[in-house]
Amino acid sequence: MTVNAPVAAGTEAVREQAPGHKKQLSEGARAERRLGWLLCAPAVIVMLAVTAYPVIYAIWLSLERYNLELPQDVKFVGLANYGAVLSSPYWWQALWVTVLITVISVAITLVLGMLLALVMHRTLFGRGTVRTAALIPYGIVTVAAAYGWFYAWTPGQGYLSAAFNEAAPLTAQFQAIGVIILAEIWKTTPFMGLLLLAGLSLVPEDLQKAAMVDGATGWQRFTKITVPLMKPAILVAVLFRTLDSFRIFDNIFILTQGNNGTESVSILGWDNLFNALNLGIGSTIAILIFICVVIIAAVFIKGFGTAAPGTDIDKR
Amino acid sequence: MTAVTAPPTTATTKTATTRGRTTTTPRQKVTWGGINFVVVALALIPVLWMVSLSFKTPTAILDPSFVPAQWTWGNYTQILQTSTFVRPLINSIGIGLIATLISVVLASMAAYAVARLRFPGKAVLIGMSLLIAMFPIIALVTPLFAIERSLGLFNTWPGLIIPYVAFGLPLGIYTLSAFFREIPWELEKAAKMDGATPFQAFTKVIAPLAAPGMVTTAILVFLACWNEFLLAISLTSTTAARTAPASLAYLSGSSQFTIPTGPIAAAAVVITIPIIIFVLFFQRRIVAGLTSGAVKG
Repeated sequence: MTVNAPVAAGTEAVREQAPGHKKQLSEGARAERRLGWLLCAPAVIVMLAVTAYPVIYAIWLSLERYNLELPQDVKFVGLANYGAVLSSPYWWQALWVTVLITVISVAITLVLGMLLALVMHRTLFGRGTVRTAALIPYGIVTVAAAYGWFYAWTPGQGYLSAAFNEAAPLTAQFQAIGVIILAEIWKTTPFMGLLLLAGLSLVPEDLQKAAMVDGATGWQRFTKITVPLMKPAILVAVLFRTLDSFRIFDNIFILTQGNNGTESVSILGWDNLFNALNLGIGSTIAILIFICVVIIAAVFIKGFGTAAPGTDIDKR
Repeated sequence: MTAVTAPPTTATTKTATTRGRTTTTPRQKVTWGGINFVVVALALIPVLWMVSLSFKTPTAILDPSFVPAQWTWGNYTQILQTSTFVRPLINSIGIGLIATLISVVLASMAAYAVARLRFPGKAVLIGMSLLIAMFPIIALVTPLFAIERSLGLFNTWPGLIIPYVAFGLPLGIYTLSAFFREIPWELEKAAKMDGATPFQAFTKVIAPLAAPGMVTTAILVFLACWNEFLLAISLTSTTAARTAPASLAYLSGSSQFTIPTGPIAAAAVVITIPIIIFVLFFQRRIVAGLTSGAVKG
């Protein structure tokens, strides 16, 4: 029952806006509105029950000292957990690793994704084959692929390790981060490529031809026509890749378990919950990650002028 | 799990680019052939490596060559005989299918409303789904773990199905509302003129037309559920509800002292097969879905 409480409050709030207009609304419009709410209600209830309520609960947990090993010692401690996490070198180390992985992998994925999109867009034959092949990394279970990379880089066992003179990159911090980034790039480039391909198909062919007639080189056409026209698609793709990369978990969990200074913020939060069984600190980390994600989204939307995806849905 | 709104126009890509370029020199052919080969090879080599590992005998595992010297089905027979993997595989299929079904039904209703009806709160709904699509799942793991333990949902199918539905919904609403806008809605009006209620118009006329979009959405949602790992390891503790990706870490070797590389590789190949089948059969639908309203799992 408690789960439903915030939901009910949410729909009430929506309903309250209604009476002001009610008088001008025709019977049909009112029926349409009721149907709209009715059709959305189940989806809204499920989404709020699984996200909004737990987040509120997590905020509450983050203000408590709560270790599952010491169930007698549950106590409200205010912002003490935040103080503990923010003054801990582990948090800053994990944040730095996460930012490093995010920035490098998104940058490289953008370049490779653009190349992939251009190949899928321009290739003279075998377009279907290329597209099918590209969809495999997108669809493959991240954990399965991560095991593949793990064994490939295990000395004495893996072909990549053997090719690099029995290298053991997973045992050193920066090399391990390099392998994690490689696994991320392999997995996510197809997604980036497909999103950019959608943007690419919006660039009018005539404009390209006109520029070609005017003597523009391929590179000039790409930088002066293709990229500016694709800017919204690029920004949206980068925003989503950035937020997705920021919550990186699966690849690190399999490749290094967060050892050798490769812990991301998600791994750190998980460790605090499932290894240290500390609900208070785990929730604090969760809330801090949530705040980081909100900041990233805000920076993208305000700073780069990305139209928030979905806003155009309403305008149509 | 991300969502993007680019107009669903990939179908036009093909004709637009091939037109007006009928003459291809042999040299161009070789260049593009080379480029295509590189793309396909980069996509496939890590997958082939996994397949190769899964066919290696326990002794050959310690040989880094790409092609196994001796081939064996042993790893497959081993994992398919243990409930450590078979049960999670069944869980994955069951949880994935149920979560997909519920998501697609609920998302269709919401997407119909978003695409077709005027009602206040639509922007809130869209904003909310967007937020959920981008949500850092780890932020939910702690509270969901605590909540599910107190509700008795921890380590059960519903315990995973409910969050999967919630994360499938934003994906579904985006993809489906993009598809629904392409439907010839005059038919709906015609049905209404013939005396159908809005609800009848939805179920009798529009839903059948919307079926292709719903299939695409179902594929994307299923892939996302199939792929999910963080919630799967956090909200389960035994094979009662553990899904296949989460079970990989619990596989053991042929004896207690053998490193389980071969079985893990075989299990990874087994859970990859459905993806490859999906991709081969539904390639065009997946691309259309990804580029229309779209998302990643």
